[in-house]
Amino acid sequence: MTEEPMRGNRRSFRHLPQNSTNSDVGPPAYQRGWSANIPSCNAQLFGKINLPVSAEIRCVVALAITCVWDSEVVLRGFSRNSFHDLKGCFAKHMTAQEVRLCGLLLQEHFGEVVERIGTHLLRGGAQNLRTIANETNTPLDLVKKSLCVLVQHGACEFGSGRRGPGSPVEYRASCERVLRVLRYPRYIYTAKTLYGDTGELIVEEVLQRGHMTMSNTVKTVADRLTHNMEEGRSMEYSEVVSAFSKLVETHFLQRCPPVAEMGTAATSTTPATPSTPAAPASTSPPTAESNPDCYKLPHVTLIGRGKRRRSSDDSEEQRGGKKAKMDSESCGDEGIYWLVNFERFHQHFRDQAIISAVASKLDQTSSEIVRTMLRMSEVTTTQTAAYTQPLSANEIFRSLPPNYSISRPILDQYLSLLVDDPMEFVGKSGDSGGGMYVVNLQRALANLARATLESVVQERFGSRSARIFRLLLRKRHLEQKQVEDFAMIPAKEAKDMLYTLLSENLVQLQEIPKTPDHAPSRTFYLYTVNQLPTARLLLQHCYKTVANLIERRLFETKENKRLLEKSQRIEAILASLQASGAEPEQLTEVEEMITAPERQQLEALRHHINKLDSTENQVDETVFLLESYIFSTKTKRERGREGGEPGG
Amino acid sequence: MAGRGRGRGRGQMTFNLEDLGIGRGDSLPPTTFKPSPLFPPMPVQPVPLQTGEEVEYMLALKQELRAANKTLPFYIRRAAPKRDVDRYSDKYQSGEPKDSAIEWSPDWSRLPKELCIKVRKPLAKRHPPQVKQPKKPPVGKEEILTKLETLEKNEETVNSEEEEDGEKKKANEEEEQPEEEDYEEDFEEDTDYIMSYFDNGEEFGGDSDDNMDEATY
Repeated sequence: MTEEPMRGNRRSFRHLPQNSTNSDVGPPAYQRGWSANIPSCNAQLFGKINLPVSAEIRCVVALAITCVWDSEVVLRGFSRNSFHDLKGCFAKHMTAQEVRLCGLLLQEHFGEVVERIGTHLLRGGAQNLRTIANETNTPLDLVKKSLCVLVQHGACEFGSGRRGPGSPVEYRASCERVLRVLRYPRYIYTAKTLYGDTGELIVEEVLQRGHMTMSNTVKTVADRLTHNMEEGRSMEYSEVVSAFSKLVETHFLQRCPPVAEMGTAATSTTPATPSTPAAPASTSPPTAESNPDCYKLPHVTLIGRGKRRRSSDDSEEQRGGKKAKMDSESCGDEGIYWLVNFERFHQHFRDQAIISAVASKLDQTSSEIVRTMLRMSEVTTTQTAAYTQPLSANEIFRSLPPNYSISRPILDQYLSLLVDDPMEFVGKSGDSGGGMYVVNLQRALANLARATLESVVQERFGSRSARIFRLLLRKRHLEQKQVEDFAMIPAKEAKDMLYTLLSENLVQLQEIPKTPDHAPSRTFYLYTVNQLPTARLLLQHCYKTVANLIERRLFETKENKRLLEKSQRIEAILASLQASGAEPEQLTEVEEMITAPERQQLEALRHHINKLDSTENQVDETVFLLESYIFSTKTKRERGREGGEPGG
Repeated sequence: MAGRGRGRGRGQMTFNLEDLGIGRGDSLPPTTFKPSPLFPPMPVQPVPLQTGEEVEYMLALKQELRAANKTLPFYIRRAAPKRDVDRYSDKYQSGEPKDSAIEWSPDWSRLPKELCIKVRKPLAKRHPPQVKQPKKPPVGKEEILTKLETLEKNEETVNSEEEEDGEKKKANEEEEQPEEEDYEEDFEEDTDYIMSYFDNGEEFGGDSDDNMDEATY
């Protein structure tokens, strides 16, 4: 059958940009309508299926990870939010999934009141106190308390209003900072591996309190360490101070930025930051890095030992606690608050990822060489650098760890192997000093992100679809016939797989018309994969996954609330009985208050919650990789634009 | 032209149907009338989770952090709604968080002034009653003494008993804690019972002795 040439066809795409989205070729309309309802159904989804419990959990976890529906809603949410955010010119674009996840995290950590205020701020951009109170129907005092908590933890900033210095103070929540809460266990564990238990507790305390003075941190950590030590021993303050200073020296902790003066041109007493202009309305508060004293320890001498807390003299401890508070006033460092430098931790994670990638692709020695190179450039590399400073082979040889004694020619061979590797982790930038080598940070991140995408496609759709995906990544644009040929897959199956990938938005369709009227029989349809948008899509999927996992965990906990409370009560009774020295019969009697089926149920519940929790941690690793990749590509584009390069 | 082919087989489309793999004469798959199932069977099973010491440690950390968050003052709970009647114990027993007070003391210099809110000190409650205590005894004593004087004229036995009781209670009061002092306040001021009606039963035998000739039931 022949088609007549359709002039003025309503489906002509001339007005669309070159890279058309595939909203024109997508799943049939009824599916689109259904998928729009998914977010609200999520809570209902998980309650009503009578599958055996373990299968259900597996299904849920798998579904949460694979996320079959909703790609369209995510995209639509993305574009819709960017329109609505025009009124708050400071607000970044926030997707629906990010806001939902932030809401759940805030609820878990600070309660429902803070969650309501935080979500409202995230959705609505910068607002002042009265607006928040009115729009969320919360009493003013609660709003004040929530804002104090949010500012304390760095999740919210305040600045003078839009209309100039006279208008009320406006508050702005930071989605990115709230999402960091997901990564707290990883930060604490990293501090433990680097600086031992003391470092771990310091970072944990500072994370939980938002920001703290050094003296406060030292005292609290010393008390906690003393509590865990044996009787009679206690922790010296000086040890904690030395761990604290090590953390500050390596930039894992930094000072809080000085508070911007609102509405006045007077400079604060701390050294004036170069970024504060003389004009009253400065829209962006000074960052921590702009303070030249950012990593300077205060001159405070803290002498003492940790106090052991005994449960018998609580009142005495409370009075002692009051005295300690009064002591800290005279320590000399009030006003100097310290917070955790997330960017430095992220740098560390990124280095770890690169090293382990080299180790798995090449071998242990190569990874040690790359580790040495990265360690040498820790302080000289800026946050957003695309590659490290050039290092000569001589320097690398001198800095290799002593237990890795390889000879100089072998080192040169390893370096040339690294340079020739298609992953391009290491590049050669010159020949002086035995060869100048750099680590290509940005390219390494891009490769890691690409590997993640490929692995996702492989696990969800099979290895043949992954082959097609990898092909398209490398060859950019391919026709359907070419895909079948290059991938060596029979035509029917290749078509099927291509359309599945297309419906999941992992692959896009690009039209190239031969004639001006875009007749379908005379148009090239090319399949293509763009790494950056696909990475963004996957990142949104990950946010949605984590949100689903949290919701499921809350649901499971709520279902078994009665049982959990009962077991907690019985544990408390057992503990008190044991403390007061009861006989074994009494203990067994109390233990038997929980029946065997209830025990089984409790065990299954614990197992499920552990599984959901560790899945959250694992998804967060993927989130970190994708976020770093997207951020580094974005800064590369901005750098290119600033440098006057044509194109992006 | 328009409508040609309608009702006879499939309609015209702008693209070649054969390209999609639907050949001539093939029937399309049946249309579905309901949304896709909630838990569709999965074609591929997900990869199992990572295990190891590191993973377990981070899991334990996560759960500990979650539990610890609930005890920190940053976890804001709404104040419980007021009960129907103001109870007496509210004055002395409110361990509940109040809406108008913040549980921790932030550095107010780093926050805008409008956020300043009263800081609640749970231990401060002990001060007001202790401060009041030295004042109370003299006042109480005077009250008792004036009452004693007025009642002296009426019944001497009752007065002397009362004086003993009053002195005992004076002695107790100075030693006792604020909780006892509540009891004291209750007793000393604003009571519905006039002191002179206090009858501790020592007269009971006396009265009944006088009325021996009446029948006792």
